[in-house]
Amino acid sequence: MRNLFAFLSGGLFGAGLLVSGMVNTQKVQGWLDVFGDWDPTLAFVLGGAILPMAIAWRVAARRRFSALNTPMPPAPDPRLGHNLVIGSVLFGMGWGLAGLCPGPAMASISFGGAGGIVFLLAMMAGMLAAPTVRSRIDRLAAA
Amino acid sequence: MNMDWIWGLVGGLMIGSAAALYLLVNGRIMGASGILGGLVDGSGRETAAERGAFIAGLVAIPALAAPFWGTADTHITGNFVVIVAAGLLVGIGTRLANGCTSGHGVCGISRLSLRGMVATVFYLLAGGIVMVLFRHILGVI
Repeated sequence: MRNLFAFLSGGLFGAGLLVSGMVNTQKVQGWLDVFGDWDPTLAFVLGGAILPMAIAWRVAARRRFSALNTPMPPAPDPRLGHNLVIGSVLFGMGWGLAGLCPGPAMASISFGGAGGIVFLLAMMAGMLAAPTVRSRIDRLAAA
Repeated sequence: MNMDWIWGLVGGLMIGSAAALYLLVNGRIMGASGILGGLVDGSGRETAAERGAFIAGLVAIPALAAPFWGTADTHITGNFVVIVAAGLLVGIGTRLANGCTSGHGVCGISRLSLRGMVATVFYLLAGGIVMVLFRHILGVI
């Protein structure tokens, strides 16, 4: 049951990424390119996505367990920390360079060609390298 | 008139509904980098099947729908140096920050999480600066 609903959530997420244009690197780069030919589509994507999720959080706040009896996620951590900022800057640089973020990179794998596959592999390599990078940054920050 | 914003809104509502489903039924936060990252580095071993099922849906449904959608093309650059650099940056960055567009952007902002909002401001700023630098000044992308 868990896996079925995980599959359905992933599928609906993927379909939404396809319909919204998030899998199109030109639209993503057009949105980030504020000083060029700016494309506002992604503001509608983000706004449209936040709406149902804001309702879902309100429902979740009144429950301790999900429908499949998993404890609801804890309240968000209020601490910011340097890794949040450094990581987000690095992610934003990569997102701008290629126009793909992790969800669309997976959703587009069937039609994204060699470039899409190489991006996904490089992203997974980066995920493997992240703990090493994190400990180096933490050591620098502590020094 | 350009109607892309309607599809953006419809697709966005679908993305948010998927996140709502994953939260209310499975009790999980729908963050693409976290779901994949937990499989890649083994930190999500206990929930591997659930993560795998999510990714299977995320890959399979667009694959099935793309032929009917017509314009399924990522238009990704042909410059593989840029692609590898970008992939590494996205992989390292999302794991350092513990989230990407879906986790911090969609799931974080919608619950007014300070971390989600700060992350979103910084990745949008960084993406915007990269566009100015690499498109308008250097002309690489």
